Amino acid sequence: MRRLSFSTVMLWVGLLFIYLPMVIMVVYSFNASKLVTVWGGWSVKWYVGLLDNTQLMGSVLRSLEIALYTAVAAVALGTLAAFVLTRVPRFKGRTLFGGLVTAPLVMPEVITGLSLLLLFVAMAQLIGWPAERGVMTIWIAHTTFCSAYVAVVVSARLRELDLSIEEAAMDLGAKPWKVFFLITIPMIAPSLAAGGMMSFALSLDDLVLASFVSGPGSTTLPMEVFSAVRLGVKPEINAIASLILLTVSIFTFFAWFFAHRAEERRKRAIQQAMESMAEEVTSSKWKPAQAAA
Amino acid sequence: MRPGKLKRYLPNGRQAVIGVPFVWLFLFFLLPFFIVLKISFAEADVAIPPYTDIYSWADNQLQIVLNLGNYIFLTEDELYLSAYLGSLKIAFISTLLCLLLGYPMAYAIARSSKEAQTVFLLLIMMPTWTAILIRVYAWMGILSNNGLLNGFLQMLGVIDEPLQILNTNLAVYIGIVYSYLPFMVLPLYANLVKHDMSLLEAASDLGSSNFNNFWKITVPLSKNGIIAGSMLVFIPVVGEFVIPELLGGPETLMIGKVLWQEFFNNRDWPVASALAVIMLAILMGPIIWFNRNQAKEMEGRA
Repeated sequence: MRRLSFSTVMLWVGLLFIYLPMVIMVVYSFNASKLVTVWGGWSVKWYVGLLDNTQLMGSVLRSLEIALYTAVAAVALGTLAAFVLTRVPRFKGRTLFGGLVTAPLVMPEVITGLSLLLLFVAMAQLIGWPAERGVMTIWIAHTTFCSAYVAVVVSARLRELDLSIEEAAMDLGAKPWKVFFLITIPMIAPSLAAGGMMSFALSLDDLVLASFVSGPGSTTLPMEVFSAVRLGVKPEINAIASLILLTVSIFTFFAWFFAHRAEERRKRAIQQAMESMAEEVTSSKWKPAQAAA
Repeated sequence: MRPGKLKRYLPNGRQAVIGVPFVWLFLFFLLPFFIVLKISFAEADVAIPPYTDIYSWADNQLQIVLNLGNYIFLTEDELYLSAYLGSLKIAFISTLLCLLLGYPMAYAIARSSKEAQTVFLLLIMMPTWTAILIRVYAWMGILSNNGLLNGFLQMLGVIDEPLQILNTNLAVYIGIVYSYLPFMVLPLYANLVKHDMSLLEAASDLGSSNFNNFWKITVPLSKNGIIAGSMLVFIPVVGEFVIPELLGGPETLMIGKVLWQEFFNNRDWPVASALAVIMLAILMGPIIWFNRNQAKEMEGRA
């Protein structure tokens, strides 16, 4: 029996602190009573009511559309950035590049949002594009900050990779792009999947950036929820919030699951290779050495 | 044009690989800050877009008018100074609280078995990808005057009158620690899990106490993790908008909320830009510190 240490207790307290409020919210989304704090029995009427809310449904579809585009673009851009950071040791402006990749992780959203909006306004004045703000501008904003997250995840994986495999392919005459697509990409595929799902979830969540760079008529789901939440706690919001929570949790779980399974498979393969090698060494090469001793 | 010559003008693969992300980030992340800087020197105007141009061209003269009025305005009104100070204070205290709660959590995860680690990490990571808006909203239902917490305490007979927690700074602290805790735990875990346990064993063999081990070995070794986690909490919290807006009250002065109001309610883009410029200037030090720390980690030289 393991001794219950202070840090273990804190871990459980912390997890309880993180999950209890969400569990309470989900339970109360099934509350039949219109009063948020009074329990009136189980009911799914708030969920059914959501389907009739066409404005809300429109914003759900718009948010999903943006999140999908964001995931694709952020994975492409973030992977390139991670590749440059881990595989290209020296070039002009490398420090600046590194800063540009990691800074979006911490930059307060109000600053990024305001600055991107002012950029779009200035561009519209100068070159007439983007003529109106909407899905396109939100996509650009989300791609920029999600690619930073992808870059962190993918570069962690790229650093672990055995460079000798890529070098071997290169020595055998494969062109760099061929090595990248046939060797590097398959080896980092789980982290690409994880990065993509993460971007999807982050994009689906974002309120502040979208509020700044969206135009009239392109309200996203978080913006819709925010304007409702400002007026107080309501059972309908409990229902939509629970649905968002469920969607994101499923995505997160699959992201983790794919990454975890691939990692296990890789470890097992390495272990097998090591074992078979060890067997060979002990059966053949070890004897002469012993004899010499 | 011969193909060879054409090839010289086209970017080669290496330049394209570096160029694409560089140009994107330059255009959509770095350049916008300069536009914010420019507009912070403009004047608010009833027009579309609602600010004056700082350049003008008349009689073959290029005039650049830098209007410092916005910055002077910010120093004159005490509201803005106290909003900056309030933001820094709230960010500092919540970073400290996150560290106090997050360090033991990260430590416990790093010391648990390999299978347990993956499950704990998933549990910690899951909320970071879940809408901050929804997690803050969940607290609104708990903390409000007729909310669950007050109802529970009244049922127990601890209090007669409901406690005013929602719309106070206390609720803001709860919300921030709640939302940003995973950002503290994850980098700390990544650092703690790499520690060589034999160091602690050696120290114990030489007669060092557990407490001494922790302070003299574990904490100094985890310096990079502490920096990364603290900066991941501190910097975004300074500009936080959603949490003070939904959980805070009139006493909660934070600069992100003020900037939002200037922009969306007053439609004063130049003043909002000036607020952003000053916020960025304050955060520049911490951001550079974080980037250096992160660059070391990314290149694997930590």
